[in-house]
Amino acid sequence: MAKNCHNDYKMKFSKDEEFPDLSLHNNHMSKVLTKEIYEKLRGKSTPSGFTVDDVIQTGVDNPGHPFIMTVGCVAGDEECYEVFKDLLDPIISDRHGGYKPTDKHHTDLNFENLKGGDDLDPNYVLSSRVRTGRSIKGFTLPPHNSRGERRGIEKLSIEALASLDGEFKGKYYPLSGMTDAEQDLLIADHFLFDKPVSPLLTCAGMARDWPDGRGIWHNDNKTFLVWVNEEDHLRVISMQLGGNMKEVFRRFCVGLQKIEEIFKKHQHGFSWNEHLGYILTCPSNLGTGLRGGVHVKLPKLSTHAKFEEILTRLRLQKRGTGGVDTASVGGVFDISNADRLGSSEVAQVQLVVDGVKLMVEMEKKLEKGDSIDGMIPAQK
Amino acid sequence: MPFGNTHNEMKMKYASEQEYPDLTKHNNHMAKILTPAMYERLRSKQTPSGFTLDDVIQTGIDNPGHPFIMTVGCVAGDEETYEVFKELLDPVIEDRHGGYKPSDKHKTDINAANLKGGDDLDPNYVLSSRVRTGRSVRGFCLPPHCSRGERRAVETLSIEALASLSGDLNGKYYALKNMTDAEQQQLIDDHFLFDKPVSPLLLASGMGRDWPDARGIWHNDNKTFLVWVNEEDHLRVISMQKGGNMKEVFNRFCTGLTKIETLFKERNHAFMWNEHLGYVLTCPSNLGTGLRAGVHVKLPNMSKNAKFEDVLKKLRLQKRGTGGVDTAAVGGVFDISNADRLGFSEVELVQMVVDGVKLLVDMEKRLEKGQSIDEIMPAQK
Repeated sequence: MAKNCHNDYKMKFSKDEEFPDLSLHNNHMSKVLTKEIYEKLRGKSTPSGFTVDDVIQTGVDNPGHPFIMTVGCVAGDEECYEVFKDLLDPIISDRHGGYKPTDKHHTDLNFENLKGGDDLDPNYVLSSRVRTGRSIKGFTLPPHNSRGERRGIEKLSIEALASLDGEFKGKYYPLSGMTDAEQDLLIADHFLFDKPVSPLLTCAGMARDWPDGRGIWHNDNKTFLVWVNEEDHLRVISMQLGGNMKEVFRRFCVGLQKIEEIFKKHQHGFSWNEHLGYILTCPSNLGTGLRGGVHVKLPKLSTHAKFEEILTRLRLQKRGTGGVDTASVGGVFDISNADRLGSSEVAQVQLVVDGVKLMVEMEKKLEKGDSIDGMIPAQK
Repeated sequence: MPFGNTHNEMKMKYASEQEYPDLTKHNNHMAKILTPAMYERLRSKQTPSGFTLDDVIQTGIDNPGHPFIMTVGCVAGDEETYEVFKELLDPVIEDRHGGYKPSDKHKTDINAANLKGGDDLDPNYVLSSRVRTGRSVRGFCLPPHCSRGERRAVETLSIEALASLSGDLNGKYYALKNMTDAEQQQLIDDHFLFDKPVSPLLLASGMGRDWPDARGIWHNDNKTFLVWVNEEDHLRVISMQKGGNMKEVFNRFCTGLTKIETLFKERNHAFMWNEHLGYVLTCPSNLGTGLRAGVHVKLPNMSKNAKFEDVLKKLRLQKRGTGGVDTAAVGGVFDISNADRLGFSEVELVQMVVDGVKLLVDMEKRLEKGQSIDEIMPAQK
């Protein structure tokens, strides 16, 4: 077991001396972490040496965010969710609608179980996208991993992805090799991940050694992409212009399962357990790790007094078109499922398909000057 | 420190080549020195408090270069870093400090009476004068590595020690977390306070953690003597005032610093110092005196002169923008200060600034009149 001698060194200070000042904070971690929990956990370390201070650093450094209720903690390896369960279980419960330590999570990547989804109006639904994350067993996670580990993940990923063919035939582009121009284009196309400027990520150590070991793989059609070593080991994305979410989800499921088979063959399966589903860096992404969403024009609905309530009832969330901590531009919103844990992939994409269909109908009504009061949905 | 070096032993299962950073696009002191072979020899080591080679170099990996300054690219996490990682740090120190050798001895001289002149820099040109240094408190890890408990202990000690200053040095401590945004911005604009940590040079080495916990500023009632607590070093001690009376600034600096050192010693926490490296600070560039003495001076003509850089070099001075170390100059006003830190005493360095700035102002006046400056070009100091 790796020794974390600085953590031992810190033990000479009392818990009161080390406990962070969270008086100005508003994130999930700050709401849950008491001095008692801190005292119980501060002497512990995962086998790879991740400590409670490592888990919470990002939440200490980022008191709150104007648009989103941040989680304020990360995992450094799979074992974090066990070693620090006294802190993480309540956070998971808060974040994931009351999910209990005894609950079981259901995985369903059979795209045939999705009903409809091929007819969202492309005059409103500009693009459709499904993403998830995967962690590779045997490596620590992005807040903690060394360059050797990160490169090991990259190498495995390149090998695995190189063996895909047909509609999944593609190419890997390491970030280190890209020109600034190539990189900017991929970002503008919504294909590439941000250069790490968000303090939510940088404070958790995820930007170390950038751009070493990072890259993007995509198929020739640019409809299926894999990000390597950003916030998770892998992010898998299926996307295309227009409203055919059914096709996007089919490709997502098929591609993802092919990739998983290849990693398993190389003796590096994905981190998963029956309680938390897929294990990812941020507790908010546990379960399916799935965000299925659309860019949709809702200029009228988005200014309607009931917009937020409708989203809540449909179990959807809105974001700006630049991603998780951005604002919307020109009445175009990124609408996606709010849940990750406690419902399956199929169930979550179904919510998006049904919910977006309804919202587009509402938008059309409002355009005509009609009321939408009769269409307000029940809580899903 | 949360940045992946809490598992140094686990990393050893990867070969050195697999862990060695990609420094091909890098241009900082660390990148020029760290070879794969050196990395291999040092990677398994750690200081007693657990600081590792990867901790030392992380900032230099994450920041390949800087448009204005040749960065050091490494930091110390504790006093022992300079010993445990001497194979890397000695050459970095040598490169940065003009050939300073591992066997050299550093001279400390904080006797203000030894400074000649310095009370007559022309205030029409020299807008303000300032001397700063840093001090590390023995027994605590340094800002890249210290825990909240350690940082707060440094703060508590500092508050106690500074509270006992009196007379012209009577003052008050302002914890950063109690300051309003308006108070804080005012102090920054007055050049009294340190930046909110946005520079990636500092953030990448972990110095921004837990901000603003246990950070603060103490200053005397006149705002001419300031102490920063827990920024890039445990303490930064600053003497400053408007105009060109560097002699008075340095007098106050020496008096105040000596008093503070006495107060800390009385509390059984001496400053980190040794006869080879002088005062031990977080950044290897600040070893020795840790002293930067400088002025904000109007040199609109001189700064556009083809010989400006050469003159600065010969005078052993450096220029910065008026916002601090990695900023640009605004309106022809430059921050001119001593380039050296190690291998010269405090008095010697301030003397260079006093003599050098006097000359630069003379040159500026000549250029204003359309005269040449060729006859007054200095020799290499």
